[in-house]
Amino acid sequence: MRPEGNLAYQNFWEVCPQPKEHELRLILPATDAAVRRGLQTIKHGLEPNGLAADEVASLEIVLAEILNNIVEHAYADDPEGLIDIRLSQADDGLHCLISDKGNMMPGGEPPLGLQANLNCDIADLPEGGFGWFLIRELAHELQYAHIDGENKLSFRMAIGQKR
Amino acid sequence: MQALRRKKVRHMKLTHQDFDDVRVVCVGENRIDAACAIQFKDEMRALSDSGPARILLDLQNVEFLDSSGLGAVVAALKAVRHGQRLELAALHPTVQRVFHLTRMDTVFTIHTSVATAVEGIANAS
Repeated sequence: MRPEGNLAYQNFWEVCPQPKEHELRLILPATDAAVRRGLQTIKHGLEPNGLAADEVASLEIVLAEILNNIVEHAYADDPEGLIDIRLSQADDGLHCLISDKGNMMPGGEPPLGLQANLNCDIADLPEGGFGWFLIRELAHELQYAHIDGENKLSFRMAIGQKR
Repeated sequence: MQALRRKKVRHMKLTHQDFDDVRVVCVGENRIDAACAIQFKDEMRALSDSGPARILLDLQNVEFLDSSGLGAVVAALKAVRHGQRLELAALHPTVQRVFHLTRMDTVFTIHTSVATAVEGIANAS
């Protein structure tokens, strides 16, 4: 952005990152109720970005599934866990980074989230396993890493794009 | 010390109205999500157990449904008696989206509104 500029100034930014205009950061306790409130806060916080209703819906679906999974699985044994959510609007969409210090994903990989087979009797319909399918349908460039005891999940939502 | 579990028993606001051969169950909450999916499932089961052959779930107040909520609606479908039907009405776009993406819209009979669903039987009879 600034090809020139003095180093001292740059150091200041590195040491003290300032909230940028198009960034939103939220740290939530890992509970169902906090996730509910957090989703409302995020929707409210993104209002200035002028997202369309269906864009907000996609984001809420993906975030709800990821956050619910962290509450239920990563922090299954830890009611004190915290979830760190960072959202940053860029020209190609909303970049999301979600971190927690809970259990690693099983096998160190996020689930594939395959489409459930619904060609079966009603009695055999699946009641779960939709979460990762929805995440993978709606999120792009999903990446997961477990670094220094921390789960980091990053992805891009194709919303609020500038052409 | 055993940590207090965070799953609180949350009462789910379900109201119902019985017509000739249909029970319309209206969800009073604006979300069916991980925080209330189990209560929803249990209360729906009780309402279908005591209900007529057709149950219509009115989702007009439900603005958001996550995969836990979807699982609970599927569980409600699986819990109906032999010969009993569970149908859905008045899905918000976000809720419709979740049903469509997961193709659950091919499993359920979905009506645009309670009026059209109930008018349907009125006209047929």
